[in-house]
Amino acid sequence: MSSPDEFDIAIVGGGLVGGAVGYGLARSGLSVALLDEGDVAYRASRGNFGLVWVQGKGLGLAPYSNWTQLSARRWPEFAALLRADADTDVVLEQPGGFHLCLSERELEHRVQTLTRLLEQPGLERYPFEVLDHAALADRIPGIGSTVVGGTYTALDGHVNALKLLRALHAGLLKHGGVYLPNTRIESARRSGERFDLQAKNKTFRASKVVLASGLGNARLAPQVGLVAPVRPQRGQILVLERVRRFLHHPIATLRQTDEGTVLVGDSQEEAGFNDSVGMAILATLADRAVRTFPTLRDVRINRTWAALRVMSPDGFPIYDQSRAHPGAFLATCHSGVTLAAAHALELAPQIVAGELEPRLQPFSAERLNVQKAA
Amino acid sequence: MTLASSYDIVVIGAGPAGLAAATEAAARGLAVALIDEQTAPGGQIYRAITTTPVRQREILGTDYWRGETLVAAFARSGATHSPRTTAWAVTREGEEFEIGLSKDGAAQLVRAAHVILATGAQERPFPIPGWTLPGVMTAGGAQILLKAAGLIPSGATALAGSGPLLYLIAAQFAAAGARIECLLDTTPRGRWRNALGHAPDFVSSPYLAKGWSLLRAARSMTRIIKGVENLAAIGEGKLEGVRFTTGGRSHDIPADLLLLHQGVVPGINLSNAIGCEHRWDATQACFTPTVDEWGATSVPGITIAGDAASIAGARAAEARGRLAALHAACMLGHLDAPQRDAHSGAARRELKRWSRGRRFVDALYLPAMQFRIPSGDTVVCRCEEVTAQQISNTVKLGCTGPNQMKSFLRCGMGPCQGRMCGLTVTELIAKERGVSPAETGYYRLRFPIKPITLGELAALPQTEASIDAVVRIKR
Amino acid sequence: MYKRLPELAASNPNTRLLAVTIDGKPFAARDGDTVAATLLAAGLADCRTTPVSGSARGPFCMMGICFDCLVVIDGRPNQQSCMIPAHDGMQIERQQGARVVSLAPESVAPESMP
Repeated sequence: MSSPDEFDIAIVGGGLVGGAVGYGLARSGLSVALLDEGDVAYRASRGNFGLVWVQGKGLGLAPYSNWTQLSARRWPEFAALLRADADTDVVLEQPGGFHLCLSERELEHRVQTLTRLLEQPGLERYPFEVLDHAALADRIPGIGSTVVGGTYTALDGHVNALKLLRALHAGLLKHGGVYLPNTRIESARRSGERFDLQAKNKTFRASKVVLASGLGNARLAPQVGLVAPVRPQRGQILVLERVRRFLHHPIATLRQTDEGTVLVGDSQEEAGFNDSVGMAILATLADRAVRTFPTLRDVRINRTWAALRVMSPDGFPIYDQSRAHPGAFLATCHSGVTLAAAHALELAPQIVAGELEPRLQPFSAERLNVQKAA
Repeated sequence: MTLASSYDIVVIGAGPAGLAAATEAAARGLAVALIDEQTAPGGQIYRAITTTPVRQREILGTDYWRGETLVAAFARSGATHSPRTTAWAVTREGEEFEIGLSKDGAAQLVRAAHVILATGAQERPFPIPGWTLPGVMTAGGAQILLKAAGLIPSGATALAGSGPLLYLIAAQFAAAGARIECLLDTTPRGRWRNALGHAPDFVSSPYLAKGWSLLRAARSMTRIIKGVENLAAIGEGKLEGVRFTTGGRSHDIPADLLLLHQGVVPGINLSNAIGCEHRWDATQACFTPTVDEWGATSVPGITIAGDAASIAGARAAEARGRLAALHAACMLGHLDAPQRDAHSGAARRELKRWSRGRRFVDALYLPAMQFRIPSGDTVVCRCEEVTAQQISNTVKLGCTGPNQMKSFLRCGMGPCQGRMCGLTVTELIAKERGVSPAETGYYRLRFPIKPITLGELAALPQTEASIDAVVRIKR
Repeated sequence: MYKRLPELAASNPNTRLLAVTIDGKPFAARDGDTVAATLLAAGLADCRTTPVSGSARGPFCMMGICFDCLVVIDGRPNQQSCMIPAHDGMQIERQQGARVVSLAPESVAPESMP
């Protein structure tokens, strides 16, 4: 490394994806720079729910379920590494999780979805339970009487996502990585054996580049021979004041954090780049939360969040490497918490090796062209 | 009074700006509702003006009783008053605004063609070591206790800080027969030199005489200790004493009540969440919403009047309230622009009169950096108990702004929604980074801007679209 | 910490008193006072302990923006005492740490679809 602006690997984007990949890469001993935007960027990572969630994912792409399960399996090891490297306990809990249904129709649909999902060829099957109201009330005290039923798997859990983000940054620094905020990358181009990444007043050079800049990937990917057809999808959540611990299992739409606050989610809206909250959605979220736990009726909402998920056309991650510009990689997903372990411990080593393994081929953006052609 | 489902204008805040705005708008023939959190009108400066148990008028001083005139005019105006009502959201609904309100534990939505924010000011955060101890309060809080409950300090009490309000309160306590151990003035020595340029304006303003008489009253009732450089509240579990340094020497005094004040700043949470443009005002060291000469913001249909726009005091607030109302009336077609301008002459003259001399006061009383930007274990975010050192350390990790800082440390995530820590966090980050507060920015706020219960929100209208977006069976 | 202006002493016939309890103990509150003013008039500097660290806090701003004056009123936790007028028969308790929610089946309100 000849100058302070030259690195073995530069990662564009300092959120959960960039942070996890960056941490994994820094652990390999290579010189790593994490290039991040400023304080007021869209920052999907700030709006996440904190689930480490397997149940229900992968309908339409079996490898996604397998990749998710792998990440969930490696999460405890990942949390231990973060505790050692970043001196931060991210409070991973994997007691199993519930998806609750507030009508018969919802429950029917849920069971059908899981059944179809698990029947897909190539998917590593996991058991799930279907519970009626009585069975749920046994497992989750305080559940409302209009909770008709739900599904449970033992693989699900949750983590303190904000502590995770902090830990990823600290872990990166611990291994000699460099974090550069307020460094929006305007352009990326291959120049000889290296990549030039142009920020406003500076050029960074790296042998390899990983694009992990969420919605920004759409703009940068074509510059290095990749495509990232991502769009924003808004999600809103409510955050309730601290309550003495009453809920230990995460529910897909409601969880209590280690701090005692309660998160209520979530919506999926096509709202363009608008990251404000909308009253009707907040009302629906609140209504369903009160039905789920009537005792929360009097608890106050201290704040709300709206964030823009980074959504691919089929909702699955995109992992790619450039053929035209070897050394350029792309990583994007909207489950940055669940996949953080896989990103750090499985994806990063492949980037170090310079080649993505065949098992990640299903996540290439090529699948989307194939869909278009078909 | 029950609220109707829609009004021409909703005014939020029943202080001088809101009262004047609602009165003026009603006089122009518009349907107006005045929303306010308190039980009775007056805001904070005229708090309890209709209910105060204080009988001797000279205790509170002549300026306070101006509130009676305002309230009386409002009561005659025909505008609707909705007290004990919290406004927690203002969103666009087609051509109108939808305002989320909470009253008697129930949320409701009210529509308005135009909204005037008259939400006033709050005291500037004053983060000293020990400021979270029971027994430490704001001077404004003690003033509210006097106005609303006729309570005065009775034990070992110290006033500390900077600015005219501190002296006003000392004068009021003097008139009430309360005993104050000392007034610790943190105005930096020699600061008057900065202010000197604005002195002629001040001398010809109404504030000179007021200031002089307050100073005399304060001096007559307590020791005034000037040039205080450091200040700390000491105690275990509650306030037991105050430690301060002046002239390089440290002093400890016993105290069971410490009243802090270092000026007021606009309350910007609602205008921020609405999406109004704000800018950093270096003279007043705070963020202010960008408004034109009528109070119109960057969001059409939203106007801001009074100290919520920028600090100019109660009399200026009245004038700005009237101007905002006239502008709204014009926007709604009840006046054309020439009529609006013709009717605004008196208010403009009043505004000019009551704005004169403020720059001197601002320059003189801008709190010193060490009182705006703490260090070490001093709590910055009271709700989440985040310290100055934690914030500084996190800047060093590369965290460059208050929103990132919020994600990292939870500062600003508590029920006060950054009101007690926002300015401190911005200035602390700016100082650590060596950039301006303008560049650093402020917390991004979202509705509700005051906490409401899950049950209240759950009872508000949903749509098919909102249910689809959450339930997602179709997927 | 605070005392009443002489003209408002309890003996004054114009002062109406309310019977409240503070942490179970009876106290005569002044009609018109907020709960925070009542606590301060009763000589209590602190009204709660924080959920984050268990530190003692008391009323600070008296105008509804600091959220330090939280107490339990008639069984409802986290009420801003500076924003609520005292009423006759009110039961005021200091708030200890985070609020508790009851999960007992009896406390679950009967559901009704809106």
